[in-house]
Amino acid sequence: MLPLADISTNIGSLPLKNPTMLASGIMDEDAGSMKRIIKCGAGAIVTKSIGLQPREGYPNPTLIELEYGILNAMGLPNPGIDEFGEEILQLKKSKTPIIGSIYGANAKEFIELGQKMEDYGVSAIELNLSCPHAKRYGLEVGSDPKLIQIITSSVKVNVKIPVFVKLSPNATNISEIAKAAESGNADAIVAINSVKAMKIDLDLKRPILSNKIGGYSGRAIKPIGVRCVYEIAEHVDIPIIGVGGILSGEDAIEYMMAGASAIQIGAGVYYRELDIFKKIKKEIEQWMDKHSYKKISDIVGVAHL
Amino acid sequence: MNIPKITKILEVKNEVKDIKTITFNHPEGVDPGQFFMIWIPGVDEIPMSVSYIDKDVKGITFRKVGDATSALYKLKKEDRIGIRGPYGNGFELQGNHILFVGGGTGVATLAPAVEYVVKNKSSATVIIGAKTKNELFFEDRLEKCGVTILISTDDGSKGFKGSATDLAQDILKKENFDSVLTCGPEVMMKILLDSTTIPFQASLERYMKCAIGLCGQCCIGEGLRVCIDGPIFDGKTLKNIQDFGVYRRDSAGRKVRF
Repeated sequence: MLPLADISTNIGSLPLKNPTMLASGIMDEDAGSMKRIIKCGAGAIVTKSIGLQPREGYPNPTLIELEYGILNAMGLPNPGIDEFGEEILQLKKSKTPIIGSIYGANAKEFIELGQKMEDYGVSAIELNLSCPHAKRYGLEVGSDPKLIQIITSSVKVNVKIPVFVKLSPNATNISEIAKAAESGNADAIVAINSVKAMKIDLDLKRPILSNKIGGYSGRAIKPIGVRCVYEIAEHVDIPIIGVGGILSGEDAIEYMMAGASAIQIGAGVYYRELDIFKKIKKEIEQWMDKHSYKKISDIVGVAHL
Repeated sequence: MNIPKITKILEVKNEVKDIKTITFNHPEGVDPGQFFMIWIPGVDEIPMSVSYIDKDVKGITFRKVGDATSALYKLKKEDRIGIRGPYGNGFELQGNHILFVGGGTGVATLAPAVEYVVKNKSSATVIIGAKTKNELFFEDRLEKCGVTILISTDDGSKGFKGSATDLAQDILKKENFDSVLTCGPEVMMKILLDSTTIPFQASLERYMKCAIGLCGQCCIGEGLRVCIDGPIFDGKTLKNIQDFGVYRRDSAGRKVRF
């Protein structure tokens, strides 16, 4: 039987055929990888976070598996915005929206990166204001509401495409930060980035990751993500994209009930292979059919009592 | 679980100048062509193909080339390293008569595969290519298996003077093989692929980070992950990968031409 449910969704003015998006940092540093993920059914692709200059990232170990999730500190490796243009240009014909993730140390850097991404032809920009393990970038910029507002509004006035702001659960008050992004005219909030964490090897008596501290993702952080999306939804009116530990259609539905209009998948690619996008789409449709939901927007935020 | 398991080095063996073999306890099964992530604490974690497969003991053989391999080179028996894996697909070892072509340290990756096919009553010819005779290793080990060994050196100090590819092209004209398996410099493997029509497999090397198919660092072509979809790729696949023999990517994801 064909599914009755319509799983298309909108993030503000950006329509998506389905709500599953590839999270930044997974198989998204080159055009070929992104093409493969598109074939696996993703509704949108968020690129690797790109900065002004090439960056090598940290030495290995940069990623390990723990009992309930994945711990990583890649250190924002990327080829730099100028060389990355070649990758985006190869995706020009793609009907699936490409969202350019960028990181910078200040508003000036974010503006230049945003304008270049727009010139390359991306459909939207995601501001990485939440990477938990890079000095001067990410969370170090993104835990100050005033700075979030300034950076968001500066990028907004300089580009025409939608601007999403990705937030960290490590900041003490995520809804205050989300409000700051909204007042800076952000088009959507993305929550959450990975959670600061550490793993120590008992034999060697040292942290395993070369950066010592990393970001935890996967199953373990889903309740944290759901809580953050729920709190943000209580305080802002712009759309929210939920991310953190989504491995199944029901996980996605839970985030939608908390207030997410779309969701992103990262560590799930490891747990359920590259076609997790197709799998989750099907599971969302089945759940919606079973519970007589006809469209995504009917689910978004229903858990707010 | 994909986290380094700390183990003590059982033995360190000098093969030739700048090339050593390290063995460690690893009772779990490993297939020829698969690789481990080797953690040298405080330095780096790098992919290394398995070069020895015994019941409880496995080994890796490497040349001192960068920071990580130089640090590994200094380690002694009883020193601790972290191991995770094995990863990757390994060789498909079918056919009655197989040609192996190893360039440089590539022969380390091929050796367990050669031993495997001999054990399974197939015959093999192994070409070992090196710059000069002082860099040749595993000749004795493979001779013991009873395979035909052909040597090529760039300077002609031993065996055929020229590249392993030139020698392979000669042999392929004279003899019929069921397949060619190769590991070595990628430009060499690309020339070999372009010069043969029989079934072909090559072991590729790329900068790796996660080794579990998430980070995308080692991707080639249309999102093929060398860590999971490889490191062994067949000729048909490689012919459609524009990266092959042309460029790799550095740790920042920039293209670097071979």
